[in-house]
Amino acid sequence: MLGLNKKDTSLLIIVAILTLLAPFILNPFPAGSAMAQFNAGYPDLMQRFVIFGIFAIGFNILFGLTGYLSFGHAAFLGVGSYSAVWMFKLLSYNVIPAIALSVVVAGLFSLLIGYVSLRRSGIYFSILTLAFAQMSFALAYSVLSNPKFNLTNGETGLQVYADDPQILQGANSPDLPHLFGLPMRSTYTLEVGAWSFDFNAGYYLCAVIMMAVFYLAIRIFRSPFGMMLRAVKSNQQRMNYTGLNSKPYTLAAFVISGMYAGLAGGLMAAMDPLAGAERMQWTASGEVVLMTILGGTGTLIGPVLGAGFIKYFENIFSKINDNVLHGWFSFLPDGMEDAMVFIVHPFIGKGWHLTLGILFMLVVIFLPGGLVEGGQRLLNWVRGRRSGADDKTAGKTEPAE
Amino acid sequence: MSNKSVTRRGVLKTGAVAGAGVALPTIFTASSAAAYTNEPTGGSVTLGFNVPQTGPYADEGNDELLAQQLAVEHLNGEGDGGCLNTFTSKALQGNGILGKKVEFVTGDTQTKSDAARASAKSMIEKDGAIMINGGSSSGVAVAVQGLCQEAGVIFMAGLTHANDTTGKDKKANGFRHFFNAYMSGAALAPVLANAYGKERRAYHLTADYNWGWTQEESIVASTEALGWETVNTVKTPLASTDFSSYIAPVLNSGADVLVLNHYGGNMVNSLTNAIQFGLLDKQANGKDFAIVVPLYSELMAAGAGENIKGVLGSMNWNWQLQDEGSKAFVKSFGEKYGKPPSNSAQTCYAQVLLYADACERAGTFNPCGVVEALEGFEFDGLGNGPTLYRADDHQCFKDVLVVKGNESPTNAYDTLEIVEVTPVEQVTYAPDHPMFSGGDLGQCNPGA
Repeated sequence: MLGLNKKDTSLLIIVAILTLLAPFILNPFPAGSAMAQFNAGYPDLMQRFVIFGIFAIGFNILFGLTGYLSFGHAAFLGVGSYSAVWMFKLLSYNVIPAIALSVVVAGLFSLLIGYVSLRRSGIYFSILTLAFAQMSFALAYSVLSNPKFNLTNGETGLQVYADDPQILQGANSPDLPHLFGLPMRSTYTLEVGAWSFDFNAGYYLCAVIMMAVFYLAIRIFRSPFGMMLRAVKSNQQRMNYTGLNSKPYTLAAFVISGMYAGLAGGLMAAMDPLAGAERMQWTASGEVVLMTILGGTGTLIGPVLGAGFIKYFENIFSKINDNVLHGWFSFLPDGMEDAMVFIVHPFIGKGWHLTLGILFMLVVIFLPGGLVEGGQRLLNWVRGRRSGADDKTAGKTEPAE
Repeated sequence: MSNKSVTRRGVLKTGAVAGAGVALPTIFTASSAAAYTNEPTGGSVTLGFNVPQTGPYADEGNDELLAQQLAVEHLNGEGDGGCLNTFTSKALQGNGILGKKVEFVTGDTQTKSDAARASAKSMIEKDGAIMINGGSSSGVAVAVQGLCQEAGVIFMAGLTHANDTTGKDKKANGFRHFFNAYMSGAALAPVLANAYGKERRAYHLTADYNWGWTQEESIVASTEALGWETVNTVKTPLASTDFSSYIAPVLNSGADVLVLNHYGGNMVNSLTNAIQFGLLDKQANGKDFAIVVPLYSELMAAGAGENIKGVLGSMNWNWQLQDEGSKAFVKSFGEKYGKPPSNSAQTCYAQVLLYADACERAGTFNPCGVVEALEGFEFDGLGNGPTLYRADDHQCFKDVLVVKGNESPTNAYDTLEIVEVTPVEQVTYAPDHPMFSGGDLGQCNPGA
C-alpha cells in the first residue's frame, strides 16, 4: 500500500492506530484514583509526544542513516518556532502559514549551517554544529533582543501582543492559534464512568502531521537515496574512491532533518504561541540525541518511542512530590513511611534526571539497539516459547558454507 | 502507469470524506458545562505552585515552595494560622477557600520560559489547578502570565522584578506583589545621595537580558536625576561566571561607583571579583570607591559572604521587620522549617493568602470575580505595611526596603541590615510612566 512493502505498511498502520487512540491508551487509570498520577493523556503532554516524535524522526534521518552526529539540531527547532510566532504576529493566528514558514526557514538555515559544518566529519562535525547552535542560542537570548532590533524578545520569549499588525486576522477569528477557526486549544472531554479522555484539536493536527512525516521517513529509508546515506555511514571513504561525491547526499539529509526540526518547532509554537530561546540550548540538542539512542538509532519507530519515554519522565516523574509519596506509603507505620519516602525521594520530583540517567545507562549497556531491540527480544522470547516446545531443532540453522 | 480518470463514484467518495473532515472539528467545539476553567466541583480546590526546583534559582524556588505549603496549612486551619491573624481582611476563616479544602500540586519551572509553561500547562490541564503561583525570574513570570491569560486561570507572580511584568507585558489575569526595578531606583536614589554625595560617576555592569536592561534603565534614570553621571554601561552575558575582564576596565574609566545589575549566581561572582580587585579599598576622583547592588536577596547575601559588607541594595521584604504581619510569618515559618524566610518566600506566601482572600470576598473562584476583588484592594498585616493592588496594572504599591550588607553579622541569617524603609509615596509612579508603557491589560479571561 502507498508504495510500501507489507512490513512497512503494517508498521505505519500500527503507528496510526497508536497515535489516533492515544487519548485512550495514555489514560489507563480512572481520573480520581491514586494511579491517576501516571496518566499522560492530557493535551499538552500528548502534543509534546508527537512533536518531539517528529523532531526525533528527522534527527534519525541524519544520524541513523548517515551516522553524522549533529549536536545542534535544537537550533532548527528554535528557528522554526520563532518564524511561526512571527507569522502569528504579522499575518494571523492561522497555523498553516506559520507551520509552512517554519519549515522553509529551518530548511534555509540548515542549508547554511550544513554547508559549512559538513566540510568536516566525525567529532569535528559534531563540534561545529554544537558551536553554531550555541551561537544561535546566544543570538536569540540577548543579541537579537535588544530594544532597537527585537527579533526574539530574549529571555521572556517571543509572543504575540495585542498591538501586533496581524493583517489577515479576521474580526471573528479566535484570538489564539487556530486552523481555519478551530482553536488548537479546544478539547472535547469524554467521560466514561470514572475515566475521562481528552480529545484535543491541536493534538490531532500534530498526530496527522506526524503520520505524514513518518510515512515520508519510511519512503526515504527505503529509497535509493536512503541507500546512499547508509553507504555514507558504512564507509564514506570507499564511496568517495568509487568516484561518487557524497557531499550532496549528506547535505540533503542534513537539510531534510533540519526541516523536520523546523516543522516540530513550528508545531510547538502553534500549540503554544510563545518561542523561548531555551529550546535552542545545547541541552535541547542533547535531548534529541538521547531520544534517538534510547529508542533505537537507525530504526523507524525507535526515535518516536524514545521521545515519548523521555517526555513522559520529564512531565510525570518530575511532578511527584513528597506529599504524593506520603500518600502512597501512608499504609506503612510512621517510621517505615518516612524511611520509604527518604529512599524514593532522590528519584522523583527534581530527581527525575537521575532516574532517567539510570534507565538510559541500563538501556545502552544491555540493549545497545535501544527500546526497539528490547521489543524484538521480547517478541522473539515469546515466539520461542510458543514454537520452541514442540520443535527444538527449528531454531538451529546449518552453516551455509 | 497511473490512472487519473475521474469517475462519478470517485467524486462522491472524495466529497463524502472531505465533508466528514470538515464536520469533524465541530465535535471539539462542543461547549462544556463548566462556567470557567477548572471550576472546582468536589470538596477541594487545587492550587498550582510553579517554582524553579532545578537550575540557578533552585534555592529561591525551594524556599518559595516551603512558604506556599505553609500558606496552604494556614488556609486549611492547621498550624498557628500565621498571617491570617494579622491580615486586615477577615474573610478567611481557616476552613479552606469558600469551604473547600485547599490542595496543591507542584511543578518545576527550571527557570526556563518553555519548561515553566509546560509545567503550568500540565498543572492546569491534568491536575485541574485553578491558579498558578510562584516563580523566580521575570522572563518566566511573563511567559507563564501569558499562558494563564490564554488558559483562563489566575496567575499570582512570585519573585519578578523587571518593569515589564506589570508594564508592557501586563495581563488582566496576572498579579504582582513583588516590587520592581523602577521602585528599586526610586528607593535607592536618596539613600545613595546621602551615603555617597551628589557628584558621583557610575559604571554599570548589567546582565544581558530583559530584567538587567530594565533595572539598568531605572537606576540610570534615578541616579542621573540626583546629579550623578553615568560613565559607561556594559552588558555581560548571563552565563558568565568570571567577571574579571569586565571589572578591570572599571578602574581606569574614571568612575567611582560600580553598579551591579546582576542577580543570583551572577551577582555573587561579579561582586566577589570586584572585591578581589580591591575596588572597595581604592579611591577615585578623590572619593572612596563604592559598589551598589540594586536588587538583593538573602540567598545571594549568603552566597557572597564577607564580600557584601557595607554594600547597599534594595529588597521587597526582610525577616527582621518588626511589624505584626512579619513577626507572625517569621514565627510560623521559623518554627516549621528552622530558618527565617527569604523575601521571595514572603511574596509567595502573601500571594496565596491574597488569592484565597479575593475568592472569599468575591464568593467564587471565577477568575473574573477574583480580578474584580483584587483590583484596587487595600490591605495590611502581611508584612509590607499598608499595600494597594493597583487596578491599572495589577502591581502592589508598598514600602520598599533599602538594605546594606551587615558589617558584623551575629549569625548565618543576619547578613543584611535595614538602612531605610522608603515610604510608598516615594516609589509610586503613574500607570502610563514611559518605562511601563506599551502594554494592555486586556479583558479578564475565565476560559471555558
